[in-house]
Amino acid sequence: MPPDQSPPATITPYPDGPYLVRGDFAVTDRDGNELAVERRTIALCRCGKSRMRPFCDGTHKLIGFKAPSGAEPWPGG
Amino acid sequence: MAGRLIELPPPRGPLSEQLFEALEGPPDNRLSLTARVDSSDPLADGDLQLALYVTYEFQYAAIRGVDEDWERSPSLLAFRRALEEPFEAAVAELVPPAEAAELESVGAALQAIVAEDPGPPLSRYMETQGTREQMLEHVVHRSAYQLKEADPHSWAIPRLGPGPKAALLEVQFDEYGGGSAERMHSALFAKTMAALGLDPTYGHYIDRWPGITLATVNLITAFGVQRRRRGALVGHLAGFEMTSSIPNRRYGNALRRLGLGPEVTHFYDEHVEADAVHENIAAWDLAGGLAAEEPEVAADILFGARALLQVEARWARHLMDAWERGETSLLSPLVPLAA
Repeated sequence: MPPDQSPPATITPYPDGPYLVRGDFAVTDRDGNELAVERRTIALCRCGKSRMRPFCDGTHKLIGFKAPSGAEPWPGG
Repeated sequence: MAGRLIELPPPRGPLSEQLFEALEGPPDNRLSLTARVDSSDPLADGDLQLALYVTYEFQYAAIRGVDEDWERSPSLLAFRRALEEPFEAAVAELVPPAEAAELESVGAALQAIVAEDPGPPLSRYMETQGTREQMLEHVVHRSAYQLKEADPHSWAIPRLGPGPKAALLEVQFDEYGGGSAERMHSALFAKTMAALGLDPTYGHYIDRWPGITLATVNLITAFGVQRRRRGALVGHLAGFEMTSSIPNRRYGNALRRLGLGPEVTHFYDEHVEADAVHENIAAWDLAGGLAAEEPEVAADILFGARALLQVEARWARHLMDAWERGETSLLSPLVPLAA
């Protein structure tokens, strides 16, 4: 799909896994430089332990990372 | 590039002998098994696995000197069925039945299944100790599947409802290079082979693949050619994607340790990033989506994932045991390359 027809970006946390980003998006550093992205759907690290941050490299599986797909409740209830 | 064309390798026993002899002539009923296929170890039986591999190969490639009408010859299909039976029984023996609780969340069950991978630490061994010769052998084994990577899983596309179908295509689009022939994963693997001095022609190393290597491919094809096994095919893909990114990082590191550059490692590095995406889609949207739409195939999804892990584990043990004995893991050693 050409970029001008892409739907708006969505960010989806996957259970015990990364954030998948789809749609019309760009990943940039703080200076606005775009990070190279070679696929339509990307996975951003959510466990913090990837060796190619901000992208996921599957390391969450080695460290037993647990997190739901939906929002966690506020700690204070 | 022209379509795929393979050469029949030398037969390895009575089954492949009978098959290859019949294939020299026109499709007819000369091909028939008079007795049950008797194999003490069907997974590693080179004769059985080679014969089965060739009957399946009609689905992927032309075979030099063989009439392509054999593909749907009733005698070939009956012969294949007789080979599939002991193979499927041997796989089923390794796979425990799914538990009721697992069927309630197939995505979570798949995560638990891959976390208990029964295989030996092959990728860790390669990363830290594997030699150049061992890495070349590994690539030659893997070429049995990687040169047609993604193709058998594509057979699931017409057999899925819209949700899981879209998930499968999201994965497959990437597997096929996002529509770029050069970036297809099978093409990246061919580039890796060529950069290592190996022949990337489809099927080139067929006469060196032992039975267990052929079995890893026969397993996917067995699921892929049957609509009724769509669950197992999807489970196989999910299991494959979920056990890919970390081993592929290690294989890339192994190649870098051996002094090889990006033209060799690109295939592996690409899989670290791609499969970190795919594994989530495959587990939750594809497998989970299929299980939600068709609960009757949920158990077969888990069967497909467990069967993959068991057959891959047996394959990995074969490699490590052969190397431990100081032998080649192929049927015959690769010609040593100039240093």
